[in-house]
Amino acid sequence: MAELSEHLFRRESGRMVAALTRIFGVHNLALAEDVVQDAFCRALEVWGMRGVPDNPSAWLMTAAKNRALDVVRRERTSRTFAPEVSQLLETEWTLAPTVAEAFADHTIRDEQLRMMFSCCDPRLPEEVQVALILNILCGFGASEIASAFLTGRAAIEKRISRGKKVLASSRRLFDLADREFAPRLSGVHRALYLLFNEGYHSASAKAPIRAELCGEAIRLASLLAEDGLAATPATLALAALMCLDAARLPARTDALGDLNLLADQDRSLWDPTLLRRGFELLERSATGADLTQYHVEAAIAAMHSSAPTVDATDWRGIVSLFDTLMTIAPSPVVALNRAIAIAQADGPARGLDELRAITDSERLSSYPFYFAAMGELELRRGNATAAREHFQSALAVARNAAERRHLSRRVQRCSE
Amino acid sequence: MSQFVYLYRIDADEQRERMGSPERAQQSMQAWMNWMRQLEAGGHLKERGQPLDRTGRLVRGKTRVVTDGPFAEAKDLVSGFTIVEADDIAQAAELANGCPILEGGGAVEVRPVLAMNF
Repeated sequence: MAELSEHLFRRESGRMVAALTRIFGVHNLALAEDVVQDAFCRALEVWGMRGVPDNPSAWLMTAAKNRALDVVRRERTSRTFAPEVSQLLETEWTLAPTVAEAFADHTIRDEQLRMMFSCCDPRLPEEVQVALILNILCGFGASEIASAFLTGRAAIEKRISRGKKVLASSRRLFDLADREFAPRLSGVHRALYLLFNEGYHSASAKAPIRAELCGEAIRLASLLAEDGLAATPATLALAALMCLDAARLPARTDALGDLNLLADQDRSLWDPTLLRRGFELLERSATGADLTQYHVEAAIAAMHSSAPTVDATDWRGIVSLFDTLMTIAPSPVVALNRAIAIAQADGPARGLDELRAITDSERLSSYPFYFAAMGELELRRGNATAAREHFQSALAVARNAAERRHLSRRVQRCSE
Repeated sequence: MSQFVYLYRIDADEQRERMGSPERAQQSMQAWMNWMRQLEAGGHLKERGQPLDRTGRLVRGKTRVVTDGPFAEAKDLVSGFTIVEADDIAQAAELANGCPILEGGGAVEVRPVLAMNF
């Protein structure tokens, strides 16, 4: 009996919703979701007893397709479907080929893209956009999103239902030929960037769910990067950044799920396939006049990824990239990382000066890694007492058990 | 060894409610497959049986009144059957304990098959 690949249902969910939305229209999103649910119900009953079919994805798609045909036949007089195809659904003559076309791979790809753009409606706050993408395109349930974001389930449900109301009120999905394409594309970039970072830096200690979020962000960014219109230099740079960062994920935590600092990472664990893809994308992104935040961040990630050790890293090069980043997209966290790079290039004293010079450091006062960075640098210049105090401040604002364990070990290190 | 039929009974609405996210649906299915495998490994699986659709027709009484399904709204719907082998009804019921349908609020009806020979 065939084994089921992990997360198959979750993956197929987004693809089925995309195909069904092509037929029913985005205003009938709830109907599309019902049909997907039906397909899973049926699979549960049949596969559970009889075993997994040879091609589970095709099986699910066929189940959804047949159900869609039933729904259209039953409701075409009482419901309006997608404006793009509604006329074709009216006669039996054109119904079957239209539904078949909606389930073709290329249509599913296009509809997923359109759905992604629609989810990033500027009327919606970014956290709603991200929750919508995770729910509709990635098939995560509200409680799964809540556990990844360390938010209450009710809050996530509220975001999703608010977002779906806006989606359902639009007459059709976003059209990539729309005048608003360019600004909407940057909105999509921002949402995917947030989604990725939520996985990469998430305070949630659950490593598998974090890797899944990163994987989904990469999958969606790749959809953009493979599309003629959406594959702009910024898109390619964003996808490069994600691949290069995600390549280091396997080394980022140890067996207990505790954070490994860059210096302590076993670089042989970095994923060579993702690294290669990242470098390839970064190279392709180097066209056009726009230097985006994603270009600079990807370049920084590339410098880390191509260095054999921490000491052999081109820290001066990294500092100058951070200087650029501070002019394009300044933030206290960028300033913090810049200070750490300066410490690597010019010694801990210079790094500490830079850390103290961060102007809105009060925004970092709840960020454990600000204090941890101070601690590391004090420790490095032999000032164990000061270092210990900083690590203790960091410990006081640690957000989860993994951070607490890591920081307690650093506190202890100061007394050795 | 005697044969027993497991009739799986569900509340269709409740089952749908409980299905939750795609990930959870997949986990429920995995649980079913594991359970079937366990029955098989223990030498208890006589026939996997078949899942049943919720649609159908009911033909009733002398007048042969035909009622149309679907029975999707039914509170107590037979969703499938399996034939197992066990020493006695106690063991057959014991084995039914592990059925994932119970997690979803459903029931397993365990019925001895009447044998030809005593």
